[in-house]
Amino acid sequence: MALYQDVIMAGFGGQGVMLIGNLLAYAGMNAGLNVTYIPVYGPEMRGGTANCTVVVSDEDIGSPIIQRPKSLIVMNQPSLDKFQPRLEDGGVQVLNSSLVDASQAEARVRTVAVPANDIADKLGNTKMANMVALGAYVRATGVVDLEVVKKSLTSVISAHYSHLIPKNAEALQAGFDHAG
Amino acid sequence: MPHNTTDTGTPERIFIKGNEAIAHGALAAGCRCYFGYPITPQNDIPEMMSYALPDAGGEFVQAESEVASANMLLGAAAAGIRALTSSSSPGISLMQEAISYMAGSELPGVIVNMNRGGPGLGDIGPSQGDYFQSVKGGGHGDYKLLVLAPATCQECYDMMVQAFDLAFKYRNPVMVLGDAIVGQMKEPVTPWKPAAVPATEAADWRLEGAKGRKPRLLKSLFLEDGALAGQNRHLQAKYAAMQAEAKAESFLTEDAELIVVAYGSIGRIAKSAIRKLRAQGHKVGLVRPQTLFPFPGPLLRGLAEQGKRFLTIEHNCGQMVEDVRLSIRGIVDSAFYGHMPGEMPGSDDFLAPILDAMGGK
Repeated sequence: MALYQDVIMAGFGGQGVMLIGNLLAYAGMNAGLNVTYIPVYGPEMRGGTANCTVVVSDEDIGSPIIQRPKSLIVMNQPSLDKFQPRLEDGGVQVLNSSLVDASQAEARVRTVAVPANDIADKLGNTKMANMVALGAYVRATGVVDLEVVKKSLTSVISAHYSHLIPKNAEALQAGFDHAG
Repeated sequence: MPHNTTDTGTPERIFIKGNEAIAHGALAAGCRCYFGYPITPQNDIPEMMSYALPDAGGEFVQAESEVASANMLLGAAAAGIRALTSSSSPGISLMQEAISYMAGSELPGVIVNMNRGGPGLGDIGPSQGDYFQSVKGGGHGDYKLLVLAPATCQECYDMMVQAFDLAFKYRNPVMVLGDAIVGQMKEPVTPWKPAAVPATEAADWRLEGAKGRKPRLLKSLFLEDGALAGQNRHLQAKYAAMQAEAKAESFLTEDAELIVVAYGSIGRIAKSAIRKLRAQGHKVGLVRPQTLFPFPGPLLRGLAEQGKRFLTIEHNCGQMVEDVRLSIRGIVDSAFYGHMPGEMPGSDDFLAPILDAMGGK
């Protein structure tokens, strides 16, 4: 069976979903896999949710656009309302339970609730909630090795902010541990 | 963004948008001039060329309009320079006069169209509504462009190298026809360096000052008795010779009862639908034309002769399907599913049309 995973990551603009989408894609590439990344494109950007789609596979990837994803990272409530109905039966969703009402999770899917903002706050910066959620996602799906994700941080965080890389790696680890 | 270093032993791959891969490919191909005017969804191309091309010893010009861009392309081509312009649908419409002049004057140049929704200003989303314009001429007169249709970011890179080579091989404008999907998505790309452009590439026809030799004239006006007919016969023979360049990806066609024909982004989305249906036991395959002109008609005709049926899927209201039908005429017809421009296509959208076409024995 071929390795294949697809995910839609969604949240408010500014929560860094594009950043963790890129990070997961880089990690997949650095693990020697094929990946596609496509950001939401068009008037959706002007309100509601920002989202991106990442596909990781060991064979050539067909569609980069996913209508019924196998997994989700949901960073805010509007994203849950919008994307949970599209999640495949038996799919997995990581919910940022700091901002999302986890009691609305449907029984037909597997839900990993992570208080990403609270965990990031404790680590010193609420902006790292995205990294906490991605760490939990990596644990929940096993799509790539967490260490490869950490090593890939240098690809998405510019040299100017490189001093923040250890903290972001910590946030990835905290999310990973929480989902265990 | 810094590019990655790989942890594995695989060749270095860079993670870039299709638009950026277009620019990387153009630079690798020895492009020395870029002229353009901004329009979504292809702005990453001029953005990157604006800093990378001067670094490579070339010239970047933001023109005052697409009309100017295309005429600058014509001028650079007349000097034998590898030159590029890029735009999206409405901007490409504005370029058609100069493109016709280039075809008539046999000038090589590369034009990238990241197709967006139309007609008119349409929207900024993906569409394949410019197939006819790209493949059937677009401007006035009997001419053809070589048209390449990338479906992946790697193909964006590779086809730019191929586009420049073909443009100079045939002294003809070449169009690379993508869309907002392949332009905006990111994938790993393995850059490669083609052989250097020979200094003599255009030496026997380019304009470079006539000191010490007879003057040359590059023109598309032929008023002398019989001259235009002669030029048209010459051009038609050239277009016929281009058929040797036809290329397509074939996927699971051998035992297929139904062949889906789809190009560009729609081709790869159709591949996902085909994988899903294959897993359910349906014998369906894919032909994805990588050149739209020349069209891989002989390949399709060969499949028709084997008794296969056809479904053409496009992100428009029915354009390439006409070339598919011409290719297989007298043997079988092609069904058609058109995904409406303005709506984002996904592989699930193609399942029912494929099953319908399979049932239509």
